[in-house]
Amino acid sequence: MIFIINGEEQQVAAATLADLLAALDYEGEWLATAVNGELVHREERSGFPLGERDRIEILSPMQGG
Amino acid sequence: MMLTLYGTSVSSRLLLGTARYPSPAVLAEAVRASRTDIVTVSLRRETAGSRTGGAFFELIRTLGVRVLPNTAGCHTVSEAVLTAKMARDLFSTDWIKLEVIGNHDTLQPDVFALVEAARILSGEGFKVFPYTTDDLVVAEKLLDAGCQVLMPWCAPIGSAMGPVNLPALRSMRASFPEVPLIVDAGIGRPSHAATVMELGFDAVLLNTAVAGAADPAAMAAAFSGAIDAGRIAFHAGMLEPRDMAVPSTPIIGKAVFS
Repeated sequence: MIFIINGEEQQVAAATLADLLAALDYEGEWLATAVNGELVHREERSGFPLGERDRIEILSPMQGG
Repeated sequence: MMLTLYGTSVSSRLLLGTARYPSPAVLAEAVRASRTDIVTVSLRRETAGSRTGGAFFELIRTLGVRVLPNTAGCHTVSEAVLTAKMARDLFSTDWIKLEVIGNHDTLQPDVFALVEAARILSGEGFKVFPYTTDDLVVAEKLLDAGCQVLMPWCAPIGSAMGPVNLPALRSMRASFPEVPLIVDAGIGRPSHAATVMELGFDAVLLNTAVAGAADPAAMAAAFSGAIDAGRIAFHAGMLEPRDMAVPSTPIIGKAVFS
């Protein structure tokens, strides 16, 4: 399927958000995710189904003021 | 007396940003030297396979400080609200430094969007630390929206100008005597921090003034001292300036030689 991942169009074979993170080598407890503007909690990722052209944001901690 | 923010007491009146240090090691030294209890952090898009965010957060965890995530870079209510929710999920804290930027050049907050985002987030259980201006009407609306702390700028972010409008800061302090007020943004040097603390502000949030110094750890220590000095002076009762000299040495009993 085609997804918009952090603003970039990408084709990934993934049925759920957890599949997508694994397929793209996102790993670790320090990730926050949202799909189509809604937060998806860590525990919900494996049961969260993705659809064509879903907008996925994958954020992590960064230095800030 | 300790500073209490949303029911949490902290001993340091310096909040420190974590951006723009020359290296992670220097950041860690500066945090320790500042003796801060609270550091600000941000959220950014993670590149696949890079794990940079995890490495940064492991460093912060070793410092034993409380984290105040921000919504820096957000320009709309919906961006700020979603970023706050993602920050809560990631950092396991309901504290959020709410920034909704309205002007690219001055990084002035969009106070209309700020109030709206503050109302939404307060309603969802967030403890909102709004980055705002020194405008009293906006301050009142932020309190109505559920904020129990206000963070007015004293000059544009990163400008190092120091307090450009002292009368506005004074009237803000006088208008909200019970509300914790943290000066956020625009401080350049320790004397600026001491000045706003002397006015009775409760704390100062710094980043560039420390991170951009030639020796960030030494500057963090300098700010820590200045903030303590300003706070003590505020409680100690300072003299008002006067136009004419007043001799400090008593005149009575002075010898007369001619």
